[in-house]
Amino acid sequence: MNKINIEDIRKYFPIYNNNPDFHYLDNAATSLKPSVVIDAMNDYYENYGVNIHRGVYKMSYLASTAYEDARSKVAKFINADDREVVFCRNASEGLNQIDLMLAKTLKSGDHVLSTPLEHHSSILPWQNVASVGIILDYIDLDEDYRITLNNIKAKITDNTKVLAITYASNTMGYITDIKDIISYAHQKGILVVLDAAQYIPHAKVDVKDIDCDFLAFSAHKMFGPTGIGVFYGKYNLLKKLAPVYYGGDMNNDVDFYKTEIKKPPYCFETGTPAIAEAIGLAKAIEFIEAVGYDQIQKVEKNLLDYAHSKLKEIKDVIIYNPNTDLGIINFNIKDVHPHDAATIFDNYNVALRAGHHCAQLVSRTLGVNGTLRASIYVYNTKEDIDALVDGIKETISFFKQF
Amino acid sequence: MNDMNNLYRQIIMDHYKSPRHKGLKGYKCEHLHNPSCGDDITVEAKIENGKVVEVNHDGAGCSICCSSASVMSELLSGKSVDEAKEIIEDYFNMIKGEEIEDPDRLEDALVYQGVAQFPARMKCATISWQALKDVINDDTDGDKKDE
Repeated sequence: MNKINIEDIRKYFPIYNNNPDFHYLDNAATSLKPSVVIDAMNDYYENYGVNIHRGVYKMSYLASTAYEDARSKVAKFINADDREVVFCRNASEGLNQIDLMLAKTLKSGDHVLSTPLEHHSSILPWQNVASVGIILDYIDLDEDYRITLNNIKAKITDNTKVLAITYASNTMGYITDIKDIISYAHQKGILVVLDAAQYIPHAKVDVKDIDCDFLAFSAHKMFGPTGIGVFYGKYNLLKKLAPVYYGGDMNNDVDFYKTEIKKPPYCFETGTPAIAEAIGLAKAIEFIEAVGYDQIQKVEKNLLDYAHSKLKEIKDVIIYNPNTDLGIINFNIKDVHPHDAATIFDNYNVALRAGHHCAQLVSRTLGVNGTLRASIYVYNTKEDIDALVDGIKETISFFKQF
Repeated sequence: MNDMNNLYRQIIMDHYKSPRHKGLKGYKCEHLHNPSCGDDITVEAKIENGKVVEVNHDGAGCSICCSSASVMSELLSGKSVDEAKEIIEDYFNMIKGEEIEDPDRLEDALVYQGVAQFPARMKCATISWQALKDVINDDTDGDKKDE
């Protein structure tokens, strides 16, 4: 795709044509989809919508090629090898698979270290295996609620075998200083499982550079379709793990009581996969490259600064993450429950999130009963921020009457 | 903002700011939680001889959630189990936007009619009512088992 001008970017998103007054600020939940992604998926269904890896006919070859090309596209995008890229349903399911497989290699009394800043997907799979004797520990956050290497060091013991950690927080918008953390973890013989779902829509992931052992992300937060995600693992680690799922396509040779399974990544993908979605994800990556992370970050930074300057003027707004790295504003309006506020925003066609944002440990840490979260992406505009600010002002004056 | 004024009525905000029947006394209770928004409500009821003698609630949530628990507790305390069950069903139907036969017996709970225009808030308006329904059903199920 040719380079995309930011001024034109909204034209790529049909949802804006169909809903011109829509102020979408829930991008940390999911992104909107450009027509190129929708078209690529329709093209598969309309022109070569058959199964992959099975049919000995031309069309199946076309579909298989498109699916495997999508894998190569993802691999190149995150600087991995093709055989290290496994398609799964989303980041949550990818992390579950990784954690279940790793848990089988651990023994009772081994510790997994995580953080209170995690999305539920990064910690609940480990809570789930706690019953077999794996112990889940948490680091302390610093006074800004950030993850720091020093606080990680303080909680690592000889029994710590895995660090399950987020690359960027979906509520506070902090980017983790991951390279130093992974390097230290490796000195201690600890494997690192990285949740990159919130990071990859906004910044380049290079698995070789950061040297993570496992990583997962979803397509739908980065212009791609729902229903597909990726988990990455270093090949020499993947080949030692036993798959969670067994069935069609993941095997080489099946006998009555014993089956020879395929090599990674194929041993981790059983059943007919999300073919159209993989093709959509590949197109979403092309779209990100055509926009450019540099432009994405510039737009987000400008809008975040604009929003902060506007919100500073409203005294009843409490911002919990004034030093965020991403375009995420985690806030509350004094004396108004976030859910009540969200209804007023909805009335202004401002879509944002109210509640715990699938990261309830953050609410617990902040000591609040939920928050409002406005999250920015590259297609947002000053008008969206103005609508947010108007919504806040209206919410304050509306609830003042009682 | 007409719809909005319909949703947030004086009576709702009054019950939100000064809740009635708040605080549990240790009767049979049901705890319901809405993980997406954080509403967290426990409703208890003292049920004796086919009568809902007393309803109380405790918890945290938005104005719609907390006030509806308060309004419900006031309304249903003292009603017979059968009448309470009917009123609960009427309330659910009203929230869904359906017509109900005898709206007057919903008394103050009628102000939640506006919620029907806000599908995203139906859960807030019904969570405490659902909890009470569970308590009552649980209790009457128990009666049946005893028979």
